[in-house]
Amino acid sequence: MRHIISILLENEAGALSRVAGLFSARGYNIESLTVAPTDDATLSRMTLVTRGSEDVIEQIMKQLNKLIDVVQIVDLTEGAHIEREMLLVKVCVNGKEREEVARLAGIFRGRIIDVTETTYTIELTGAADKLDAFVKTLGSSIIREVVRSGAIGIARGERSLHP
Amino acid sequence: MELTGAEIFVRALKDEGVEYVFGYPGGAVLHIYDALYKQEAVKHILVRHEQGAAHAADGYARSTGRPGVVLVTSGPGATNALTGIATAYMDSIPLVVFTGQVMTYLIGDDAFQEVDAVGITRPCVKHNFLVKDVRDLAMTVKKAFHIASTGRPGPVVVDIPKDVTAQRAEYLYPKKISMRSYTPVCAVDDEQVGRAAKRLLEAKRPVVYAGGGVILSNASKALTELIRGLGYPCTNTLMGLGAFPATDPLFLGMLGMHGTYEANLAMHECDVMLAIGARFDDRVTGDLDKFAPNACIIHVDVDPASISKNVTPEIPIVGDAAEVLKRLAKALKSLNQRPDEAALKAWWRRINEWRAVDCLRYDRGSGVIKPQFVVEKLYELTKGEAFVTSDVGQHQMWAAQFYKFDAPRRWINSGGLGTMGFGLPAAMGVQIAHPGKPVACVTGEASIQMCIQELSTCKQYDLPIKVLNLNNRYMGMVRQWQEFIYQGRYSHSYMDALPDFVKLAESYGHVGILVDKPGDVEGALREAFAMKDRLVFMDFITDQTENVYPMIEAGKGHHEMRLSPEKGAASVERELA
Repeated sequence: MRHIISILLENEAGALSRVAGLFSARGYNIESLTVAPTDDATLSRMTLVTRGSEDVIEQIMKQLNKLIDVVQIVDLTEGAHIEREMLLVKVCVNGKEREEVARLAGIFRGRIIDVTETTYTIELTGAADKLDAFVKTLGSSIIREVVRSGAIGIARGERSLHP
Repeated sequence: MELTGAEIFVRALKDEGVEYVFGYPGGAVLHIYDALYKQEAVKHILVRHEQGAAHAADGYARSTGRPGVVLVTSGPGATNALTGIATAYMDSIPLVVFTGQVMTYLIGDDAFQEVDAVGITRPCVKHNFLVKDVRDLAMTVKKAFHIASTGRPGPVVVDIPKDVTAQRAEYLYPKKISMRSYTPVCAVDDEQVGRAAKRLLEAKRPVVYAGGGVILSNASKALTELIRGLGYPCTNTLMGLGAFPATDPLFLGMLGMHGTYEANLAMHECDVMLAIGARFDDRVTGDLDKFAPNACIIHVDVDPASISKNVTPEIPIVGDAAEVLKRLAKALKSLNQRPDEAALKAWWRRINEWRAVDCLRYDRGSGVIKPQFVVEKLYELTKGEAFVTSDVGQHQMWAAQFYKFDAPRRWINSGGLGTMGFGLPAAMGVQIAHPGKPVACVTGEASIQMCIQELSTCKQYDLPIKVLNLNNRYMGMVRQWQEFIYQGRYSHSYMDALPDFVKLAESYGHVGILVDKPGDVEGALREAFAMKDRLVFMDFITDQTENVYPMIEAGKGHHEMRLSPEKGAASVERELA
């Protein structure tokens, strides 16, 4: 199953490589990984999307917890949560296609953020499956380039991750 | 007053109570070596290869319980130490390893003797640091010792660039430390302990399976009392030997791939298993699908990640072995109930039948020296009181099987990583920590050559180690597998062109003795141990074809042991059916 793991870790050089190294050393999957400092400059927040059986996810959580730089950790998929990912997609569009693609972007609540005579660049935010659907709808024939941020997530309600 | 980084470093070691540093100088650590020169509190042991430094510090740590300290230079200093660091990591041994680094402004420049020490050691350390500011140095040293020696212990590497050791800062060494991201020991769940106590008392066929964690947490006494109170059988892992006294009638011997018949069958047939400070390693469990099919497993470990990693226990308990044993004893007492005596009696009857198989029997009438015989004689002669280090292979298994360790921290071997070359330098660390005590290194002619240069260190510091070289002119364990699994195609397992070990020992300034007759074994050992101030290298020319039994081959379970042809294996098969 797909899990979104949120990690609060010390904002130290090498902290990211400890997490990435753990996953490769123990043969776990990383589907996506994002990391950036938080409002507290000494802390980084990492969101990691992985897949595995319950046993594997349990081991991943335990092994992550063992890393000295990891302050706190939560599997967001265990409770109600919000997931967002940003997509930038550049498409080659000519003639009538231009109108059609602009309309599609609108339906998906995307925004066209860069326009040339032959291309659009569209920004879209949402859960991973919405982004997948949009990319699929556009079709590979017109897509020039796809950039995705990887998922970030946060728990709903009062639950939060803080030291 | 401001001190240089090098002075801060040495002062911090002193304030941490470090007695010995095992190391080798080089460009990046010259400021530190200069600071070491100017003081006497911290003693430095000069090894001949950085791997030796790490193993020596490791032997020191295993035999004392205090962290071992290593100091090496950048680049090759760090890479040479790596095998020793990984060895300590696999066996959860507290080491603090200081590696020199090139100047901060040269890092990443492919400078002379530069290597990314933090990067290459990361997968085999508990944690590591790069100190970029002299003001962080003392605190980082403190953190390193704290992390290495608490919770599940392990090696910590601190990489120190040369310019940091020259810069100045105020010296302040914190007495205590707390880190928000590191809480090594959590509270023990008494409810789980209560459940475990109840389940233990209900057992009809109990077994206690204790590992190195019991030794690391100094819980041997508590474990022994608990087991004796219950009258339950106990087996130890390779790492756990000495955690429970080997001469106690409740002891079944080691378990696992080369464990005893009785220990492995007790594991297979038990209904309640108390696993404590052990991690269900593949060499212990054999095929997991066949492992202890009817057991309710209680697993105690300080590392939550060890629990449910290979085997899912019914009752997991996270906690330090000593603390859990204390609470478990209390819980058992409060239940005020005796174990099922009738069931226990029947269980012991079965176990004693297995014992009667005498699975460690070997040919005592042989005209060539049997390696088992040498270890037996070593045990008799040292009355079981020696510190015994080993390298890796057949001789390691024979030492584990035939030397009966009654006390913890006496058996020093590389269990997890299986590092050939470990034995001699580890023995140096042990001997330095325990001057005047008998220290034996049981090794083989292949392993010993992987760190033989340390004989020179032994001479320099007058370490009267007794080296028992079980010389069968083969990489014995490799040869054994090739005999069993590869139809006797002995591919590159023959040790051709061996040195004359007696002359070699003599050239290093030691005493060498060649022993090639069974009748001379005891005399040689007596002679060697009588030389209290000399290292004696005994080269025992042993049986080339001897194999380690019992053996559980890959894909087999505990009940599928291969026994020595010495004994009636057929009758054993019948009994199992």
